[in-house]
Amino acid sequence: MRQEVAASAVDNILSTYQGDKSALIQILLEVQRQNRWLPKETLRKISDSLGVPLTQIYHVSTFYKAFSLLPKGRHSVCVCMGTACQVRGAPRLLDKTIEALGVKPGRTSPDLRFSLDTVNCLGCCALGPVITLDGEYHSNPSKKKIEDLAAECK
Amino acid sequence: MPTLKTPQDLERLRKDLSAARDPKKPCVTVCSGTGCHAYGCDKISEAFQAEIKKQGLEKKVDIRRTGCHGFCERGTLVVVFPDEVCYLRVKPEDVPEIVSTTLKQNKLVERLLYSDGDGKKITHEGEIPFYKHQNRIVFGSNRLLDPKKIDEYIALGGYSALAKALSGMTPKQVLDEVKKANLRGRGGGGFPAGIKWEVTRNAPGDVKYVIVNADEGDPGAYMDRSLLEGNPHSVLEGLIIGAYAIGAQQGYVYVRQEYPLAVENLSVALKQARENGLLGKNILGSGFDFDVKVHRGAGAFVSGEETALMTALEGRVGESRPKYVYPAIKGLYGKPTNINNVETWATVPLIINKGADWFTGIGTQGSKGTKIFSLVGKVNNTGLVEVPMGMTLREVVFDIGGGIPNGKKFKGVQTGGPSGGVLPDKLLDLKVDFDELTKAGSMMGSGGMIVMDEENCMVDIARYFLHFLAEESCGKCVPCREGIYQMLKIVDRICAGDGRDGDSDLLQEIAEVVRDASLCALGGTAPNPVLSTIRYFKDEYDAHIWQKECPAGVCKSLIQYFIVPEKCKACLICLRNCPAEAITGAKNQVHVINQEKCTKCGVCLEVCPTKFDAVTKLSGRKIHTQAVTA
Repeated sequence: MRQEVAASAVDNILSTYQGDKSALIQILLEVQRQNRWLPKETLRKISDSLGVPLTQIYHVSTFYKAFSLLPKGRHSVCVCMGTACQVRGAPRLLDKTIEALGVKPGRTSPDLRFSLDTVNCLGCCALGPVITLDGEYHSNPSKKKIEDLAAECK
Repeated sequence: MPTLKTPQDLERLRKDLSAARDPKKPCVTVCSGTGCHAYGCDKISEAFQAEIKKQGLEKKVDIRRTGCHGFCERGTLVVVFPDEVCYLRVKPEDVPEIVSTTLKQNKLVERLLYSDGDGKKITHEGEIPFYKHQNRIVFGSNRLLDPKKIDEYIALGGYSALAKALSGMTPKQVLDEVKKANLRGRGGGGFPAGIKWEVTRNAPGDVKYVIVNADEGDPGAYMDRSLLEGNPHSVLEGLIIGAYAIGAQQGYVYVRQEYPLAVENLSVALKQARENGLLGKNILGSGFDFDVKVHRGAGAFVSGEETALMTALEGRVGESRPKYVYPAIKGLYGKPTNINNVETWATVPLIINKGADWFTGIGTQGSKGTKIFSLVGKVNNTGLVEVPMGMTLREVVFDIGGGIPNGKKFKGVQTGGPSGGVLPDKLLDLKVDFDELTKAGSMMGSGGMIVMDEENCMVDIARYFLHFLAEESCGKCVPCREGIYQMLKIVDRICAGDGRDGDSDLLQEIAEVVRDASLCALGGTAPNPVLSTIRYFKDEYDAHIWQKECPAGVCKSLIQYFIVPEKCKACLICLRNCPAEAITGAKNQVHVINQEKCTKCGVCLEVCPTKFDAVTKLSGRKIHTQAVTA
C-alpha cells in the first residue's frame, strides 16, 4: 500500500520556504510529519524545486533519524533508551514492548498499525523507564498494559 | 500592547504591569513543563478553571500555567500564591478539595504537602530540602511566569538588561562585562564565552551570526528544554544582548525536533518580542537591528557539535569539520559566528543587570556562577537542580537528591553524558567544577548527572555509551568510526562472557587513538566512559573477564535466574508469567527454571511475591538443570 503526498500539500510546504536551499531539512520534517514517510516522487519534486541534487536529499534523508523512506505505522510507539531510563531498566521494557506488539525496533507492523522506535531521551526521567504511544507517556507499563493500549489502536 | 520605542517605554510598561498585579490576590500556579505534561498537568489546569468557575471564584483567583519547577519526581506541582503553599503529586481529582480548602478557607490539604521520611510536613516550596540547598538564579523564574505571556516576563524585570545594554553601554562594554564575569559555556565545552564573543566581534567582515545551541543531545539531560519551554524570553534577551556586543544582525535557534513544546513556546516568544519592538529593526530606538529564525533538528546527536550544527543550519548533513579555523572567524555560511548553549545565553541578562562582580562572587576560582543539572537515575528526588559551582557531588546526590531509593547502595554518578565518565563513591566529595571533573576523568558536560546503584553494571554502562556513540558517529573520520566500533566489539564480548586476557589494555590503547585523533569532540571524548569505568571499577571488568561473573547481575550471558527451593511456595505465578514456558512445577511442587529455555527476561523475579522472595540471580557459576518431574 503506497501513500503519496498530495501534490498540493508539497507545493504548500515548498512555497512556505520560497526556494531556500538551507530549509531542506525543515521541508523534509514537514513532509514527514504530514505524510509519515518520504516517498521517492516527493523527494524528486523537492529536488527539482530547490535545485538540490537528489543524491544530496537522500544523504540528508538517511542521515537523520526523524526521516523514514518507508511508510510508518498509523500509531507511533517509542521506548526511551536514554541513560536514566537505561539505568532504571529500559532494555527490559523494550523486550516487553516487542513481545506485546510483535514489532522490532525501527520496524513497522505489516498492517501499518504500529511503528516501534527507540529514542535517546524524552526528558521525563522521573517517569523512567518510559514508553510513549502517539505522544502519550506511560511509566513502566506491564506487558499486559501495553497489550491493552495497543488493542485500542486501530 | 503598543510597540516599545525606547527603554523608558519599557520601564513605564513594567511599572504599569507591576502595579496592576495585586501581590495579595490568590493565584494557582500549575507546573506545565513536558515532564508534568506526562503526568497530565493540562487536565489539572482545566479542572482548576472549571472548579474555580463553579465555585464563583473567577474574579477572585488567577490561574497560571508556569514553566518547569524542577522537582519532576513529585509532579504535578501546584503552588498557591500568595502564601506559596506547595502541593505535590497533584491529580485532577484533588482539585475540588484544593479549591474548597485552600482557596476558600485558607487551610492546607495536608496529604498533598511534602513530607520526608519522618513524616514532618513542609508547606512552602523554598523550605523543601530539594529546593533549600539550590541557588536558582537562572532557573528560578520558571515558576513565576507563564512562558506564553511576555508581559509576565516584563513585569518581573525582563528585558531591563537589554534596555541597560542598548542605552547605557557600548557593545565593547557589554562584552567586557561578560568577559570579566568569566562565564564559561554551559553546553559542555566550558570555554569562556566572553573570549569567544571577542574573537567573533574582532573577526573581519560586517555580516556576523549568533546561534543558540538547543540540540541537547545527551540522553538524560533536559535542562535546556525546560529553560526554553519555561522561560524562553530569558534566552532570547541574552541572545539579543550578545548580538549587540558582537555586532550580529541575524540569530538562529537550533532546537531538536524532539522538543515540540520548546519550539512552540519559543515561536510564541519571538512573535511577542517582535510585536513589542524588542526584536527586529531599531530595537528600543537604539538603531540596533536583529532578528531570529528557528531551525529544527532532525535527530542526530552529532549535530549538537558546533561545526556540525552550522552545516545542518545550511540544510546539509550535520557532519563536523576540522577546526583549523574557528567558527568565530569562519562559521555559518563562512561568516564569523558565535554559538553558545541555551543556559549560557540565559545567564547573560543576569550578568548585565547585577554585574560581573556579583557573578564571580558565586562559584569557585575556575568556575563561576551556577550550573543546572538533571539529577536522574537511581535517586529519590529526580529533577532539575541549580547549584553553585563548588558544591560537592555528595551534597547534590544526598542533600538535594535525597539519596538512593529502596535502601540500595550508591555505586557511581555519571556526569557529562556520553562524553563523560562515571565517578565512584570515593569521589563523592569532589566539587562540581569544570576542571575538577575533567581531572577526575569525567567532565561537566551539558549537565546530565545519572546516579547508579549496586544493581547497575559498570561494564554494561560503558557498553551502552559505546553503542550510542557508534550509532551516532557521523562516520567521517577513521579513528571515531572504526575506533568506537572496535571498542564496542571488545566490550560486547566481555559482557557476553567471552572476555580475554589483554582486553583492558587493548581498550585503553584504542581509546588513546580515538581520543587524540578524532575530528571532533564526539570521538575525542568517546573513550571517557570506558576509561573512567576501567579506572574506577577495574575489579568489575576483571570479574567479567576472568570469573565470567557480573557482580551487579545485569549482563544476561553471565547470569542465571534461580528459584531457591527452600523459599518457593509453589504459587504458580512465575510459571504462568514466563514467556518462554521455561518453568516447571505445580501446586505443592517447587518450581524449577529450565536454564536451556530461559531467556533471562527477568519476569519471574518481578512477579514473585515479595513475601516469598524466592527468585534470585546467580553469576559466576553455572546451574545446569533439566525439567524436573515429581
